[in-house]
Amino acid sequence: MTDLTDPTGPVLRAANLRVELANGAAIIEDVAVELRPGEILGLVGESGSGKTTTARSLFGHYERGLALRSGEITVAGQQLSTVAQFQRARGRLLSYVPQNPGTSLNPSLRILAAIEDMLRAHQQAGNGRTETAGQAAGQLGRVGLPASREFGRRFPHQVSGGQQQRVCIAIALSCDPAVVVLDEPTTGLDVVTQDRILRELVRLRDERGVAMLYITHDLAVVGQVATRIAVMYAGRIVEQGSAEQILSAPRHPYTRGLVASTPDHLRPRQLTAMAGIAVGVGERPPGCAFAPRCPQRVDRCDAELPGLDEVVPGQFVRCFEWAATPAVDWSQQWPAGTTPLARAQAGLAAVGNGPGRAVLEVEGLCAEYRGHAARNQVVSDVSFAVRAGACVALVGESGSGKTTIARAIAGLHPPSAGRIVVDGKPLPGRARDRSAEQRRKIAIVFQNPAEALNPRHTVLSSVARPARILRGLDQAAAEAEARRLLTAVRLPSRIAGRYPAELSGGERQRVAVARALVGQPEVLVCDEVTSSLDVSVQAVVLELLADLRRQFGISMVFITHDLGVVATVAERVLILNAGAICEEGSTDQVLNSPAHDYTRRLLAAAPSLSSTISGWDHGSG
Amino acid sequence: MAISTATSATGAAGQDQRAAAIGRHPVLGFLLRRIGAALVTLLVASILIFLATNVLPGNAAEVVLGRNAQPVALHHLEVELNLNHPEVQRYLSWLGGMLHGNFGKSAVAVAEGRPDANISVTLGSPLADSGILAGLTALLLIPLTLALGAYAGLRAGRRADHLISVPALVAGGLPEFVTGTALIFLFFTMLNLLPPVALLSPGQSPLSNLKALVLPVLTLLAVAVGAGVRQVRAGMVEVLQQDYILFATMNGIPRRRVVLRYALRNALAPSVQIIAQNLQYLVGGIIIVESIYSYPGIGTYLVEAVTSRDVNEVQAAAMILAALYIGINIIADLIVIFLVPKLRTGMS
Amino acid sequence: MTAATVRARPRWRLPAFITKDKGGLAGSVILLLVVGVALLGPAFAPHSSVAILGTPGHGPAGGAPLGLDFIGRDVLSRLLDGGRSTLLLGGAATLLIYLVGIAVGLTAGYAQSIADPLLMRTVDIFLSFPALLVMLLFVTAFGGGPVVLVGAAALVLFPGVARIVRTATVEVMTRSYVEAAVSWGERAFAIMRREVLPNIVAPIVADLGIRFSWAIILIASVNYLGLGLKPPTADWGLMISENREIISSNPLSVLAPAAMLALLVISVNLIGDAYVRQLGRSGDSR
Repeated sequence: MTDLTDPTGPVLRAANLRVELANGAAIIEDVAVELRPGEILGLVGESGSGKTTTARSLFGHYERGLALRSGEITVAGQQLSTVAQFQRARGRLLSYVPQNPGTSLNPSLRILAAIEDMLRAHQQAGNGRTETAGQAAGQLGRVGLPASREFGRRFPHQVSGGQQQRVCIAIALSCDPAVVVLDEPTTGLDVVTQDRILRELVRLRDERGVAMLYITHDLAVVGQVATRIAVMYAGRIVEQGSAEQILSAPRHPYTRGLVASTPDHLRPRQLTAMAGIAVGVGERPPGCAFAPRCPQRVDRCDAELPGLDEVVPGQFVRCFEWAATPAVDWSQQWPAGTTPLARAQAGLAAVGNGPGRAVLEVEGLCAEYRGHAARNQVVSDVSFAVRAGACVALVGESGSGKTTIARAIAGLHPPSAGRIVVDGKPLPGRARDRSAEQRRKIAIVFQNPAEALNPRHTVLSSVARPARILRGLDQAAAEAEARRLLTAVRLPSRIAGRYPAELSGGERQRVAVARALVGQPEVLVCDEVTSSLDVSVQAVVLELLADLRRQFGISMVFITHDLGVVATVAERVLILNAGAICEEGSTDQVLNSPAHDYTRRLLAAAPSLSSTISGWDHGSG
Repeated sequence: MAISTATSATGAAGQDQRAAAIGRHPVLGFLLRRIGAALVTLLVASILIFLATNVLPGNAAEVVLGRNAQPVALHHLEVELNLNHPEVQRYLSWLGGMLHGNFGKSAVAVAEGRPDANISVTLGSPLADSGILAGLTALLLIPLTLALGAYAGLRAGRRADHLISVPALVAGGLPEFVTGTALIFLFFTMLNLLPPVALLSPGQSPLSNLKALVLPVLTLLAVAVGAGVRQVRAGMVEVLQQDYILFATMNGIPRRRVVLRYALRNALAPSVQIIAQNLQYLVGGIIIVESIYSYPGIGTYLVEAVTSRDVNEVQAAAMILAALYIGINIIADLIVIFLVPKLRTGMS
Repeated sequence: MTAATVRARPRWRLPAFITKDKGGLAGSVILLLVVGVALLGPAFAPHSSVAILGTPGHGPAGGAPLGLDFIGRDVLSRLLDGGRSTLLLGGAATLLIYLVGIAVGLTAGYAQSIADPLLMRTVDIFLSFPALLVMLLFVTAFGGGPVVLVGAAALVLFPGVARIVRTATVEVMTRSYVEAAVSWGERAFAIMRREVLPNIVAPIVADLGIRFSWAIILIASVNYLGLGLKPPTADWGLMISENREIISSNPLSVLAPAAMLALLVISVNLIGDAYVRQLGRSGDSR
C-alpha cells in the first residue's frame, strides 16, 4: 500500500477541475472530488454530463481536442500536475477499470501475461518468471477467478464477459493503488453478473481499504455500492452528499427528477418525467444549466450561477431554491382505475373494442439461427397470448431469445416451428408473404435510437411512408396522418421537416413510435425501446407509451431486460431463460412471489432503489 | 500503381471461423478449405485464360503465320501445336501438360523453325530473372513498408507523419511508367549514374550487374511501399484508438511497451494482409516495370508474347502469374491465422 | 457533417472537404487545371498533332515551346490533344465500374440467399488475377481498341466496388429502419432505392477517386506498352513510351505527358483522401 500521511485524510483530492474544448467551451468546470480510504464515491450523471471526462482528467488523460484549463489533483499525498507525475501515478497510485471489458483487454495477450505486464510495469514483479506468474495467479484468485495455470493461459476471448471484467479489476488492483476509478464497469453485463461484480467490489474495498470512484448513470446500482454520491449535470456537480442523503432526500430538482425517473421492480409506480432535454456543450446558459427544465426556476436562476453550498451537514446542493424541492413520493401508486391496463381498457371501450379478446397468439414458437455447420436453436416452444389492450413483457438476459421472438412476430425471422396467430388466422413467417392487412396489425419499434430512422429522410417522410404502404393513403393524406401522430407522441410540429441527425435519442425513439402507430396497429412490439436511453428520457418514453395505450387502445409486447421497467409498463410477464419460458404470470405475482428458481435469482440480483432506501430506514430506525 | 485486388484473408477467415471452431483441427480444416478453393480458382483461371486466348477467329498458327501463309506450312504448324483437335480436347491436354510441367511449344518459334520451341525450357530463365528482381524488391519492401507505416501511424498528424505520408501518397498513386521515366531522367539523363535499361546477355545473371537492377527495384518499391505505407499507417491509427490501448495507458503501462506489445502486436495481422497485397502487386507490377527497363523477365516475355500473338506463350506466362498471385494469398491467410489468437483457437 | 449543416447551406456552395481541407483544395485546383487542359486543350493547339515540323527530338524553340517528338511532331500540340483519350476512356470505365459494381454488390448484399455467395465467389475469381494480366489477356483476345480497353478495365476494377457495396449493404440491412421497412412490407426495389442506396453513398464516394485513377493508370499502362491505342493517336501514356529514346535530346517530350498523368492521378487521390478525412471527423461515415 502506498504510504499515506494521514490514514483518515483524503486519499484523493481534486479541486477546481476545468476541461475545455479548443474553442474554450467547458466540458467540465468547477469540479471537485474527494475520497477517503475505503470510501466508494458514486459519480452519477447522464450522457454528456462530463462524468467520464472528470474520471479521465484524474489520470491526466484527455480525449482528443480537450485540454485541462485548471485544477489541482493530489493522490495519496502526491500532487500530480506534470505528465511525468501522472505517468508515475497511473496504475500505482490510482488505476482504471473500463466500461467495455471485452474490448479493453489486449486480444493477443493471455490473461496471466496481461497481469504480469502490469506487475512488471510497476516494478512489483518478483524475481524470475515463475514467481511473477505465481503473483499474477494470486491476483486472479483475489477477484474470485480460478488461480489455475489453465485459466491464466486463456486469451480474453475465451472467457465470459463477467470474467473479463474481473480480469480488468485484477489488473487495476494488482499494484495496490490507493484509488480505483471504475467507469461504468457493469454497463452491458447481465444483472446477475452485475450483482456479483458489485458484491466483489464491496468485498475488495472492505478487505483492502482501497478507495473507489464509481462512475455510472444508474442510481439503483450506485445505491448498492456507494457511501457517498456526487451528481453531475452539464459539466458541473449539482449535488453531493452521503448516499442516503442523495437517494432518500435529494435537494436538487435534477437529482430528485432522476430518482423519480428510476423504475423499481419492488415499487411499481408512475414515473415522473422531467421536462425538456439536457443542454449540450457550448449551449449552457449563463445561470443554472438546469433552469430551462426546472419546475422551481425563479428569475435569478437564469442570470446567476448558484454555488455548491452545504445546505444540510454533509450535503452540498447547487440550487437557490433547494428548500422548495419536494420529497420523492415512493408510495405514488397509480390512483385506482388509472393503471396503464385500466386506462388502455377504457380506451378500448371508447373505440368500441371489447377487452379480453386475444389479439395475438404465439403458439409453440421455435426459432433458430443457421451457422456454417450447425443450427442454433434460440427459441424453443414459446407460447403466449396478448389480450386486447394488455401489455405483456418478455424478460430475459442477453441470449435468452427475447429479441428473436419480437422479430418473429414482426415477420423478420421466420419461425422454424409453431405459429403466430392474429384474429384466428396464422401469419406467414415472412413479412413480405403477409397481406397488407396482416402487416398493418403488427408494428415494431427497436432498441437503438441511432439507427431507428433513415438518416436520409425527413421525419415527416419517414412517418408518412408506412401510412401509404399499409393504408393506401395518398401523399397528402399520409403526411396529414403523420403530423397527427407526431403530435400524439408530443413532438412539436417544426420537427417534421428535420433529419434524424438533428434529433436527440429520445426524440428519435418517439418518431419511431409515431411511425409504428401510423398504420393503426393492434399490437405494438417494443424491443428494448428504452434501454439505450438515459433514465430521464426513458421515463418520458415510458409515460408516453402508457398514454398511447389509453388513446389508441393498443396492445403491447414489451421486450426488456430491466425488471423495473417491467413493473412500470406491463400487466403480464414472461421470464425467458435460454430460449424457453420458465415462468409466466401477472406482473404482480411474478415480481412479488416468484415460483421459478431462475426468476428468484434474477429478482435477487436486480438493483432496487427503494429497497436500498428502506434498508437505511430500518438500519437507522 | 498498386491495385489491391486481393481478397481479405481476415474476411475469408472470419467467414470460416465458426466452421473452423467445430472441426477437430480448426487450422488444418481451414487450410484445406482454402487450398481447395484456390485450386478451384486456378482451374477457373485456366479456363478463362484458355478462352481468352482462343476466342479470336482463326487459330494460333494462322495468327503467327499471317493470312497469306502457305497451306502446307500452316498444316505443319497446326499439327505441331496440336491445333487440329477440338477445343475441349486441346484444353484438357494443355491442362494435363501443365500438371506435368509441360507448357507446350511456342508458336512463333515453331513457325520460325527455331530449336528452342519448348516453353517449359525457354520460360526458365525469364522466370528466374523475375524471381531475382521481385525477391530483391520484396526483401526491401517488407521492412520499409512496416517501419515507415507504423512510425507514421504512431506519429499521426505530426511532422514525421506528413514527411512520410505525403511522399507515400504521390509514390503510391503514380503509374510505374511515370515513376520509371522520372527515375531514368534523374539518374541517367541528369546524373548519368545508372543505366536506363537492364538488358542482360543470354545466360548472364542479373546479380552480376547490380547497377542495372537499381532502377527497376526502385520503381517497384516506390509504388508498392507508397501504397503499403498508407495502409499500414491507417491500421496503426485504428489500433491506437482501441479500448485496450486506453486501458493499458491509464494503468501506467509504459508507452514503449504499449506501442510494442499492445499496438504493434495487434497491427501485425492486418499488416501481413497489406504485405501480401504488396507481394501480389509485384506479380503484376513486374509486367510493366520489366518492359520499362527491357529487363528479360517473365513480364517482358508476356508482353512480347502478346505483341507477337504467341498464344501458347501467353497462356503459360499468364498461368504462372495467376498461380503465384493465388499462392501468396493462401500463405498470407495462414500467417494471419497464427498471428490472431481468436482465429487460431476458434471462437469460444 | 450533420444534416442540419447540409440543409442550411445554399445549393451552390462546395462541400467542406474541398473548401476547408488543404489537400482537398489543392487536389481540386489541380484536377480542374488538368481536366481543362484535356478537354479544352485541342482548341488551343498551335499545330496539328500529326504534322511533322522538323528534326526529331529537337528541343524547345519559338514555335514549339515543348520541342519536337521522336519523329518531329509538336509536343505541346500532342500534349493538348492527348488528354482527352485518357480522361474519356478512364471516365467511361469508371462509369461502367460503378454501374456494374453497385448492381452486383446491392443484389448480393440484399439477397441473403444463394445469390450472395454465387455472385461474390464469381467476383473473387476476378480478384485473383493481377489487373494488368487481365488487361493483356483481353488485348490478346480482342485487340487494343478503346472499347476493349474500357471493358477490360471495368472488368478488372468492378469487383472491388461490388465488395465495398456488398459490405455496406449487408451492414445497412441490419439497421432498424430497414428492418422496420421490411416489416411494413416495402418491396425489394423500394428498400434498395429508398433505404439502402442513400446510406451507402459515403463508402462509394470515398472509393471514387482512387478507382478513377486506377482506371486511368491501367488503360495508360496498356497504351504505354504499345498494346492499346495505336499511333499516330496522341495519348499521354503512348507519348511517354514513344519518346523514351529521345529523353536525352528533348526530355520535355517525355516529362510533360508524365507530369500531366501524375497531376491527374495525384489530384483525384488528394480529393478522395480529403473526403475520407471528412468522414472520419464527422463520424457520419455511413
